Parts: sequence; structure tokens; C-alpha cells
Amino acid sequence: MTALIARHDGPGNVTVPGPRRRLTGLAVALVALLVLLVLSVMIGSTSISPSVVWDALFHPSADIDQFAIRDYRLPRTVVGLVVGAALGVAGALIQALTRNPLADPGILGVHAGASFAVTVAVGVLGVRDIQGYMWFAFAGALIVTLMVLALGSTRRGRSPVVMVLAGVCVGAVLGGAREALQQTNPDAFDAIRSWNAGSVVGRPLDLVWPILPFLAVALVLTFAVSGPLNAMVLGDELAVAQGVRLARTRILAIIAVTLLAGGATAIAGPIGFVGLMVPHVARWVVGPDQRWIFAYSVLLGPVLLLASDILGRVVMHPGEIPVGIVTAFVGAPVLVGLARRKRASGL
Amino acid sequence: MSTGVSSARATDHGERVDFGRRVLVLRRRRIAVRLEWRSVIVCVVLALTIAFMAVLALMTGSYDLGPGQVVSALTGGETGLVHDIVVDWRLPRVVAALVFGAALGVSGAVFQSMLRNPLADPSIIGFSQGSYTGALIVILVVNGTYWQLVGGALLGGMATALAVYVLAYRRGVQGFRLIIVGIGVSAMLESLNTWLILKADLEAAMSAAAWGAGTLNGVSWDRVVIGGACIAVLLLLAAVLSRPMRQMELGDDAAASQGVRVAPARLGLIVVGVALTATVTAASGPIVFISLVAPQIARRLARTAGITLAPAALVGALLCLAADYIAQHIAPVPLPVGIITVMLGGGYLGWLLFTEARRRL
Repeated sequence: MTALIARHDGPGNVTVPGPRRRLTGLAVALVALLVLLVLSVMIGSTSISPSVVWDALFHPSADIDQFAIRDYRLPRTVVGLVVGAALGVAGALIQALTRNPLADPGILGVHAGASFAVTVAVGVLGVRDIQGYMWFAFAGALIVTLMVLALGSTRRGRSPVVMVLAGVCVGAVLGGAREALQQTNPDAFDAIRSWNAGSVVGRPLDLVWPILPFLAVALVLTFAVSGPLNAMVLGDELAVAQGVRLARTRILAIIAVTLLAGGATAIAGPIGFVGLMVPHVARWVVGPDQRWIFAYSVLLGPVLLLASDILGRVVMHPGEIPVGIVTAFVGAPVLVGLARRKRASGL
Repeated sequence: MSTGVSSARATDHGERVDFGRRVLVLRRRRIAVRLEWRSVIVCVVLALTIAFMAVLALMTGSYDLGPGQVVSALTGGETGLVHDIVVDWRLPRVVAALVFGAALGVSGAVFQSMLRNPLADPSIIGFSQGSYTGALIVILVVNGTYWQLVGGALLGGMATALAVYVLAYRRGVQGFRLIIVGIGVSAMLESLNTWLILKADLEAAMSAAAWGAGTLNGVSWDRVVIGGACIAVLLLLAAVLSRPMRQMELGDDAAASQGVRVAPARLGLIVVGVALTATVTAASGPIVFISLVAPQIARRLARTAGITLAPAALVGALLCLAADYIAQHIAPVPLPVGIITVMLGGGYLGWLLFTEARRRL
């Protein structure tokens, strides 16, 4: 860790990209996102031409393709957009907060906490609507985040390995408990089976709207703590000397992670590795400034998620692979690559 | 068998000289075995606990029996229904739990000693997920027989272990890298498994899922005998091969200077360790975390400096039997034993991290 900090500290040691490159990168990401949004609506078991997409959006009629777009492709694309952005920012935030380049809401067990809580809500308490169980997803995500932070902190600070292991073991226990619950309660198993696979399919837009305000609050919080988080890279003492309130920053960041990861999990189920990959790509482009990393993650998260979703539709055409499985197949090699590097990309 | 006891003796001057821990030496012609007293006592206590637990497991069920009936059935004093229930129905399951648990305990002990890392475990480095993938492909794609399933599980697990090892290799294997690579590869295989189950029809998917959780349901005498014979041979091999383990824990150079041929010794131990887990996995599905937990508990009970095989085997057997008892009789519906071990083991791993790994890692 000290080596990582020294890298940003040392004079002339860091090549910080200029504002022009950052803005160009942001524009490229935005264009990529727009293209993927259109592609996501067009590509599927039957391909639909852009003109029909245009008509479906602005000149609605009873055409079958328009029906497919409005009821299936469009909700799925919006869900991908929202969930991708939430997961990307959650990953960036949790990596900044823990100063752990291997952190990801999935790896750290936050998804497992949210899905265990939702299983309890649906299976045991009989909650069926998202307004009810999203609170459980938030609570599960919060408890696991706190637990993993507590377990993963050593006296000398936070070791990336110990934190990852803490996440894995919390995830294993909750996963086992969830499985036991599902075995004892077949109804719960049935109600929640499709949700557990981690997918953006078949989530009506009604599921998204109640979550959206929470995600918006979390996004505001994220950018509010980005400055203090930048200062905290230099170490806690220096950050305090610069006027950062450590406890407040950490609490706000944890709340934001909880809302983002819990909200995304409530909508789409557990989707791993998006939060791991996106911040690394952002850091390669913009360097260590958290404000820019967060801004890029908002755009790159949905880019990755929509691209994975489209890939899942194309590979097994006309069938499809749930997006959570695609992201695992793309993301696991990234994790392996990161672990093989001499020191994982700087924070 | 003649026994000689040597221990820390008082010297003539009345001061006690510390000769280390009290040991028990068994000698017979050219073979001598040196045992630490504390380990011996711990092993005896563990064996008694296991016997008690086994009788309890044989008593409990939808038709409850008394301890007297169980003992007389085991010694051949009962005929008819009681004999059938104890010897033909319940005993294979208990024996399977004991043998498989012991195998997992030894396998974990070998891995942890080899990699000098208390977290090295076949289930952490992707072995279980890999063998599940192999088994799923056999069940769902090839629609194979039981023995093909065993083969598929073995092949999948070995291939995954090899892949993780190779991917983590970069001028030697470092514990940290091995674990992170293992987590990544496991996550990938897990999602592949999820997808295979999603694609399959319901009935095949359910039987595959039951296997994947690790269960002793449907264990019959012939499977126990075949699996047990393999495991007995492997345990014997492990006992023979484990002699240089203590030196190797000091580091490769130190071991080599004491006359250990490090590379062949390590290869042999790793092959035996993987084969033990593979046999259990093939017979019952991945029963995870016992191999992680058993050697550590054994080390704490026997207060040995390193990992020792015999206490690890006994603790493994006891844990597996107890977990199966909980899964069958205490849970509201019978569960696969693997679900209990994952929860116990995960909780234990958390405790380990909380108390000591965070000082040492």
C-alpha cells in the first residue's frame, strides 16, 4: 500500500492526463454508450431495423416489432443502463474507500448479503413486491458491507487479501444459508429462481422507478465524497490535515455503496465483476482523480453491462445467456490478470 | 509391541531440563514410531467422541432405537428389522461420513502444509467447482452412468486445480496469488454451472443440484466399500509420504539441506491430496470447507507446531459426521451435508480471519 501511495506522492512520478484527453475520453464513452443503447434495442432473436425502432418510440402503432421493442427490448435496455451505472460507481467507490484494487460488490459478498435478505423477505415473510423487498436488499447490503470492512481491517490498515477473503467467507455463509432456506421452502425457491441468476430480462420498468431516487441520492453522495476520498489517498493523517472529516466521509461512502449495490441487486439480482472492471478501465484513462473515475464509471458501467448483454444474445442466437454469466466470463480473467501483475493497478 | 517411554526427566542436580514435549516411542524391530503424548491423548478423546456420535447417528431416525439395540445389532445380536435398519440402512451413511471426513481432513492438512498457508484448501482453489462442472456435463450433456459421473468429476476437478496452479505460477506460487486466481476461476465456473442448470430440464437439474451441494443421500454399501478402499490406500500413502512434511514446512532450502528430496516429495503429497478430495467429491459431491477447518482445529487441539495428519483425519471424520447429523435430523427438512459444512466452515474462516490471519497475512 505504501508503495502505491508513494507513487502519487512523488514529484513528477505520475503522468496525469490533461483535461483535453479526459474530456475526449468522456465523449468517446458517451458515444459508445449511445451506440450500445441503440444496438441493445435492435439486436435480439429477431433483428429490428433502426427505422422501426424510431417509429416504435415516436410513432407508436400495433406492429409486432414495435410491441417487442416497447415491452421487452426497451425495459431491458433501461434496466441495463441503470444497473450498469449503479454497479460501476459502486465498484469505483468501494475500491476507493477500501483502497483495494480487487474490491467489487460481488467479490466482497455485498450481492450475497442482498440476495440472502431478499430470499428471507420473499420466502419467509412473503413479501412479493419490489417496494417491500428493496428495503431488505438495502439492509442486507449494508450489513455485509460493514461486516466485511470490520473483518478485513487489520491493525496496519486494510489488506486487500484479507478483505477479499472476508468477503468470500461472508458470501459462503450467506450463500449456504440462502440455499438451505430455498431447500426448506420450495415456494421461495420458485419465486426467486430467475432473480438469482443475475439478469436484466423480464424486469418491467415498474421495478426500476422506485429504486431510481435512491440511486440518484447515492450518486450525489458519491460525487460529494470524491474530493475527500482524493485527499485520503495520501493517508489518514494528511487527509485530516487538509480538513477532511474521515468518519463522515466513510459513513457517506458506505451509505452510497449500500444504496448502489443494494439497489442494483434488487432490480437485476447478483451481477458480478462489473464493479471490478469498470474502475480499472477508468483509472487507465484518467489517472487517480476520483471525481473523474466516478464520472467515467457512470458511463462505462452501462457500456460494459449492455455490451455483455448483447454478447449474451448474439453468442447463443436465437437463445441467450444471462448477463451475469457473461460478465463472470469476461471479469474472471481480468481478476486473474490483476492478481498476476506485480502490483495491482494503483489507487 | 514393546513400548519405551522417554520424556523430560529430572536431572541429578534437581533442575529440570526441558527435552521438549513428552513423547511416546513405539519400537518394533526396525520400525520406530515417535508420538507426542498430547497428540495421542487428543486422538483417543476424538475417537471416543466419534464412537459416541456414531452410536447417536445410528439411533436417530424416523424409527428411533436405543443404544443397547444399536450395539447389539452391530455385534450381530439382532435380527430382523433392527438389524436391517442399523446395518443396512444407517451404517453405510455413518461409515461414509467418517471415511470421507477423514479423507478431507488429511487432504486439507497436506495442502496447508505444502503451501504453508492456513487458507490453502481444495475448495478455495476451485477444485470443487471444477469437479461440479465435470459432473454436470456428464449428467446433463452426456447423460452418463454413475461411473462416468465419477470420471467427469475427477477430470473436471483435476483440470481446474491444474489450471489455477498454472495461472498463479509466476516464478513460484505465492499463496495470495493462488487464492485470488482460485476465487476468479471458481466464480467463472460457478456461473457456467448456473447456466448449465438453467438450460437443463427440471428433473436432471434437480438431481444435479443435489449432487452439487454435497450429499450423503443414497450412499449404499457398494459405493462406500469402493470409495473406502481407495481412500484407505491413499491414507496409507499419505502417512508414508508425510514423513518429510515437517522439514519441508521450514522451507525448501532447509529441507533439502536435511536430505529431503523436495520436488518428488511435494509432487507425491499434492497428488495424494488431490486424489483424496477427488475420491470424496466423486462419491458424494463437493463437501466443502471440512478440509479447510479440520487441520486447523486439530492443530489447536493437539497444540502441535505444524499440521499433523492423524488428529486432522479424526477431526475431519467427526465434523463430517456431526454436520451430516445436523443436516439430517436437526434442520427442519433434510438438507445436503455440504450446506451445513459451508456455513460452519465459512463462519470458522471468518473467525480465523478475525483472530489471527489478519495478524499474519
